[in-house]
Amino acid sequence: MAVRTYLEAIHDALLEEMERDEKILLMGEDVGGYGGAFRATTGLLERFGEKRVLDTPISESAIVGCAIGASLEGMRPVVEMQFIDFIACAFNMIVNWAAKARYRQGLSIPLVLRGPSGAGVHAGPFHSQSVENFFTSSPGLKIVQPSTARDAKGLLKAAIRDDDPVLFLEHKYLYRRIKEEIAEDEDIVVPLGEAITVREGRDLAIITYGAMVHTALEAAQKLEDEDGLSVEAVDLHNHIPLDEEAVLAAARRSGRVLVLHEATLTGGFGGELAARIAEKAFDWLDAPLMRVAAPDSAIPFSPPLEATFLPQLEQVVAKARDLARY
Amino acid sequence: MNEETTPLVPPLLRHTTARLGKKQLLELYRYMLLTRGIEDRLSHLYRQGQMAGELFRSLGQEAIPVGSAFALEQGDRLAPLLRDLGALLVKGMTPREVFAQYLGRAQSPTFGREGGIHFGDLSRDCVAPIASLGAMIPVMAGVALSFRLRDEKRVALTYIGDGGASTGDFHEGLNLASVWKLPFILICENNGYAYSTPTRLQTGNPRFVDRAKAYGIRGEQVDGNDVIAVYHATQRAVRRCRGGEGPVLLEMVTFRRKGHAEHDDAGYVPADLLEYWQARDPIARLEKYLLAEGLYTRPQLDTVGDSIAHGLKEDADAVLSWPLPDPSMTFGGVYAEDPDPRRLPREDK
Repeated sequence: MAVRTYLEAIHDALLEEMERDEKILLMGEDVGGYGGAFRATTGLLERFGEKRVLDTPISESAIVGCAIGASLEGMRPVVEMQFIDFIACAFNMIVNWAAKARYRQGLSIPLVLRGPSGAGVHAGPFHSQSVENFFTSSPGLKIVQPSTARDAKGLLKAAIRDDDPVLFLEHKYLYRRIKEEIAEDEDIVVPLGEAITVREGRDLAIITYGAMVHTALEAAQKLEDEDGLSVEAVDLHNHIPLDEEAVLAAARRSGRVLVLHEATLTGGFGGELAARIAEKAFDWLDAPLMRVAAPDSAIPFSPPLEATFLPQLEQVVAKARDLARY
Repeated sequence: MNEETTPLVPPLLRHTTARLGKKQLLELYRYMLLTRGIEDRLSHLYRQGQMAGELFRSLGQEAIPVGSAFALEQGDRLAPLLRDLGALLVKGMTPREVFAQYLGRAQSPTFGREGGIHFGDLSRDCVAPIASLGAMIPVMAGVALSFRLRDEKRVALTYIGDGGASTGDFHEGLNLASVWKLPFILICENNGYAYSTPTRLQTGNPRFVDRAKAYGIRGEQVDGNDVIAVYHATQRAVRRCRGGEGPVLLEMVTFRRKGHAEHDDAGYVPADLLEYWQARDPIARLEKYLLAEGLYTRPQLDTVGDSIAHGLKEDADAVLSWPLPDPSMTFGGVYAEDPDPRRLPREDK
């Protein structure tokens, strides 16, 4: 067994998948000689050569467009966005080309777009965003966010093997903070479309994803220690395809649901979860669904401002107490 | 003509010496006539209210898609722009498929999910475009990339207009193609107007071929109303691409003789400019050449035209009788694992 960080797990998934299938290409800014801005692709150029690992100009739209073209010809490109915020420059290629290709033309676009998302590392408004909300209303795309090293490896492998375009959102705050024992060369494949309960509980459920899974787990522990509450935590894994059954099951189990995300509130994924629960599990609810999310603003740079912007442990605990008391 | 209406690029009226055989020249003639004939029919159907969508004519610029696609070989991929119906025909799309597509029929190449020129077929080397201009440049560069990575001697070609050349994708795509020396051909169809906007409001330098120098690639300006010149210029570009010498930008100078689409009467286009280009119609020019060289007689050419017109009437009438898609076709096939109604067998086209 080896201890691998979240970031190393991503590197391992890329390496092992590229070994397995020579149609897989890596493309992105500084992914080759430099090994990626966060070093997710270290050593892959040396290992696979410049026909498999391609350093690109700073042209996000062309990088994604080019990857789409290569995928039409049977390649399976994995594109790194140096920071996921830059994906805005490739928006047209993703929502109008990749996402719609199968529906409109029956074309398969096996493409993974991966990159560091999320805040918490004092990177300011253009290197900290959670972009899932920009893309959840673009049918044809799959959207994945792992919260552990094991899931990072297993979900990335599943994303690479998938025949649809997948947006794979890595949380940069977790890159080097999370580590787990993973057997070397362990071929973990975590299927897309399945949410998992990461902590069981009877009194209320926190549904979340990405780095906030860890905040939810901390909050659950604190609520158990200080209030004697039994709190379930659900890690969504995917926005699309959404594991609706798991979400509804959690709502039905405790009748009290708190949705937590670090993306901003309005138009956030919490709204979709609230709607589904209201439509399909209303009779089981003992309290209104509650949300904790970032405020509707840009992400500030300075540490105290950023900390205030992000959902904090105390905020989650306080909201959970409101929910339990309702 | 006043300064405002003078074409920005003087037309290059000398015909290139044809190295095409007599039969091939007639093929070019036939494809241009077929393009015009299909669009004429569609225009009638539009006016009769039989067509749900829009029609973007290529009247006056048929030589570009036809001549360029004709220079490609099987296995070379192309993606049309909105006025490149002729390229699809050269690559083997049939008039019935075109009518079914425009009329949104159940048997259309996209099963009614898309209209207009938004269809393709990789088995016939055509990649269906999306609507936003410029997007096909990086995508076809990616197609070319896969050829280069696999050491295949194939090329990828797409088109852009004088308007679409203002997009970021034009720059990003061509730059990337240059950096990676991709076997990629970009044809800039400089037809004077992007919707209502004249070229002088798109760019400070209306010589689009000059941009090739900026990317360090080969560029050539071509008389886009001379199908023989278009063919030869594309063939030269194909040869360079196959030889691993990197991408080529071909500026083809032409003129859009209809509005942006059927609803647009193009009242903003000066009449004398239109007349100027009418006198340089690509089909009439090829006809004149074929007759002057004694390759074909007037009755022979008329027979070709009549047979196309007759065939198209039959095709359009047949397709009009085809059913519209069942509403159930709206659903499915969004994701790989979805049930897909398109996989069901269907009657032949």
